[in-house]
Amino acid sequence: MMDFAHWLPIVWAVILIAAITIYVILDGFDLGIGMLFALERDRGRRDVMVNTIAPVWDGNETWMVLGGAVLYGVFPGAYATLLPAFYLPIVLMLLALIFRGVSFEFRVMTRGTAREALWDTGFMAGSGIAAFCQGAILGGVVQGVSVTDGAFSGGPLDWLTPFSVFCGISVTCGYALLGATWLVWRTTGTLEASCRRWARRLAAGLFVGIVAVSLWTPLLHAPYLRRWTDWPNIAFVAPVPVLVVVLGLLLAASLRKGHTRVPFLCALGWFFLCLSGLGITVWPYAVPPSLTLWNVSSPPSSQFFQLIGTAILLPIILTYTIYSYRVFRGKVTEADGYH
Amino acid sequence: MQNAHDIALLLARFQFAFTVGVHIIFPAFSIGLAAYLAVLEGAWLATGRQVFLDLYRYWIKAFSIVFGMGVVSGLVMAYEFGTNWSVFSKKAGPITGVLLSYEVMTAFFLEAGFLGVMLFGMNKVGRGLHFAATCCVSVGTLISMTWILASNSWMQTPRGYRIDPATGQFLPDDWLAIIFNPSFPFRLVHMGLAAFLSVAFAVGATGAWHMLRARRAGAIAGEPVRVMFSMAMWMAAIVAPVQILAGDAHGLNTLKYQPVKIAAMEGDWETEGRAPELLFGIPNMRTEHTDYAVKIPLLGSLILTHSLDGKVPGMKDFPRDQRPPSPVIFFSFRIMVALGVLMMLVGLWSLWHRRNSTLFTSPVFHIVALCMAPAGFIALLCGWVTTEVGRQPWTVYGLLRTSDSAAPVILSSMAVSMTAFVVVYVIVFGSGLGILVRLLARAPQEGEPDTAPTRASDMLATRVHPAVVTFSSGKGA
Ligand code: HDD
Ligand code: HEM
Ligand code: HEM
Repeated sequence: MMDFAHWLPIVWAVILIAAITIYVILDGFDLGIGMLFALERDRGRRDVMVNTIAPVWDGNETWMVLGGAVLYGVFPGAYATLLPAFYLPIVLMLLALIFRGVSFEFRVMTRGTAREALWDTGFMAGSGIAAFCQGAILGGVVQGVSVTDGAFSGGPLDWLTPFSVFCGISVTCGYALLGATWLVWRTTGTLEASCRRWARRLAAGLFVGIVAVSLWTPLLHAPYLRRWTDWPNIAFVAPVPVLVVVLGLLLAASLRKGHTRVPFLCALGWFFLCLSGLGITVWPYAVPPSLTLWNVSSPPSSQFFQLIGTAILLPIILTYTIYSYRVFRGKVTEADGYH
Repeated sequence: MQNAHDIALLLARFQFAFTVGVHIIFPAFSIGLAAYLAVLEGAWLATGRQVFLDLYRYWIKAFSIVFGMGVVSGLVMAYEFGTNWSVFSKKAGPITGVLLSYEVMTAFFLEAGFLGVMLFGMNKVGRGLHFAATCCVSVGTLISMTWILASNSWMQTPRGYRIDPATGQFLPDDWLAIIFNPSFPFRLVHMGLAAFLSVAFAVGATGAWHMLRARRAGAIAGEPVRVMFSMAMWMAAIVAPVQILAGDAHGLNTLKYQPVKIAAMEGDWETEGRAPELLFGIPNMRTEHTDYAVKIPLLGSLILTHSLDGKVPGMKDFPRDQRPPSPVIFFSFRIMVALGVLMMLVGLWSLWHRRNSTLFTSPVFHIVALCMAPAGFIALLCGWVTTEVGRQPWTVYGLLRTSDSAAPVILSSMAVSMTAFVVVYVIVFGSGLGILVRLLARAPQEGEPDTAPTRASDMLATRVHPAVVTFSSGKGA
């Protein structure tokens, strides 16, 4: 029993980080595409951009619902402290996601009326604001939350610091990069060429962001620095900067050479590295700097019951998700006779 | 007494009620419409009749709008438990959070995974596979309803738990007892029927509207319009009476497990046998009396106990601090019941018209059917207000008070977010409703265009659907 109570939270932390990573990558390119509306004004090309994700965005967003639900069921102590702590950015993010989500349908259904521009703007601004809030919340978690007696005890704007704002901007830039490289893969012609151009600049921006956040994070709390330099963690941490640079060079080269799929995969690689680095940094805290995974866990009877279902259902979910991506694979183009 | 903390709590409750009240409309619509679409596509595959395909293509456009609004409003709910009710979610999370996770894994992914194929895949996968996708989405909505109602019902009639003396957390003991708690089966049936009825009346009203317009233009409505009106009226005639029986059973069950809720719904203060039924009245929580009462003798006992001298509970049997606010649920309950009876009458009336072959020609009946468009949704909201306000002052019935459930979010944050929610919801869901009405204002045609036109010019011609482009997949369309 003792062992159970020790291991279950670890297993769940890994599943949760995996779910967050999948969400960030999948909805990352959705939100990125929304933001790229700011750079692409042509309606036909905007339609192509939206149509590369229209059949899959709902499934992508569901990973975020899963993240929330798992936190609620498995780590209720974390759910109950983090959500009040980030009350304002969370509400703002949810409202932004409302605009983003309905705009898929509304922007076409209002075509030719005065309100068409509202929903194009809603799509763009909703995506950008949601991305920024997600980055700021992530940064806010890393920098820590004040907790007394297991409940949030800080003020409503505690999360708002230069560090969290910088994280927000970096994530925004990163999502736009994911979106641009996704479009390089899935579109043709003028749009693809523009995306290659944008992707290069965004990659430079994200690279600066990654470097800055990596240097800044260990300055936030002494334990973070120790976590990175302790054995055996250092064996995992040390190669990360090298990999980041290698992926960056590969990304730049593949964009130049006209590869279609490699740039997207490189961008994914960056996100994967950053999120695993983040996991290693805050481990074993669920709410840094005071509550560990075990402090916030629900009882083993809950975690175990949920684990059984997850072990059975997650592979099934992944299977039909891949199926639905395959149905809509291939380059998307503007329709014949569109002009 | 009204310090900042009390006001913040009030705002948190109001915000939760507002957001969940908006949300529930869309899932109810989705549950009913997804099942209707599955029936239409199945009927088309079985009979090959074009009219079913036309109706499928007509209603799937509305479905895509409604479903989208359900998803975005639901996303808010998944986080609001923590933002507004953090103490509740910390204590009950080991139970309600797990149920919500199962909902995500068994229902939301299923819906989302096959929604793309359902909306855009008609030309990309075979007919059988496409039908399978429609069925998956429909089943997903039903599974979703099942889990969320298990969770809500557990809050109403908790079972299968233990309370951790150290932390006050609810620890799950017996998952079957948690899920199949005493009010769950009743709530599941009643809510499921409510979703079907709401959509039946929405579809029926759309049909009636087009028949009225065709008549004014001196024409006869097309076959798709008549078929959908007829289908909707069959649903009304069959399901409305069943819903009343289900509601009656639900009430008897509540009498057993939450008697004070029934007393408050009925505006009864004294426990008595041979109790009257109040048709109208204004319960006064302070004077412990229901003013201006209009009573029918004996009926109260008859309805609630199915016998003339059965004992009916009164609120005075319960301490003041355990009574729900009777004036709210006295009226919400009566509106729901009145609408239920009205729906049954419309259903019966449709049978009479059917027998006289005037179903498609009676303008009076069509006007009534048109007016009934929102009836199901209003009844459904009134039902939820009755259920949830009737649970007060508890979040977990008898165990955890609402005032002890709230999050440490200060008044100014609550006020800002409440304002933002109202503004955004009015803009977004108001626009959505407008778009929906505009969409339904166009009558379904024979040879209704597909939702995923392969050429943008098709889309621009009909101005009705997304997916403007070809997916020039490897295989070709
Ligand atoms: C189309 C919608 C609709 C219609 C016509 C009715 N109801 Fe209902 N009712 C609901 C939709 C609904 C609901 C939204 O589904 C509720 C809210 C929570 C629940 O369990 O079901 C509900 C709750 C609810 C409750 C509260 C149970 C509790 O909280 O414990 C009772 C006693 C009834 N209903 C009884 C009736 C009766 C006697 C009706 C008919 C004359 C009736 N309802 C018509
Ligand atoms: C979908 C239809 C629903 C509606 C219309 C609805 C309505 C309401 C209303 C009106 C309140 C406020 C009660 C008051 O302040 O007096 C409330 C509170 C609440 N409801 Fe619901 N509810 C719904 C479903 C649910 C579900 C499915 C759950 C849980 C799974 C739930 C959980 C809660 C909680 C936690 C509160 C806050 C505590 C409280 O004030 O009672 N509700 N709801
Ligand atoms: C207050 C508690 C509730 C929460 C936390 C909640 C959460 C959610 C979420 C996150 C979604 C979006 C799923 C997606 O991404 O695809 C959703 C949709 C849905 N919800 Fe709710 N919900 C609540 C109440 C209800 C109730 C009371 C019902 C029905 C009885 C319901 C039925 C559905 C259905 C059928 C869908 C999918 C269809 C649609 O999106 O329109 N929900 N809900």
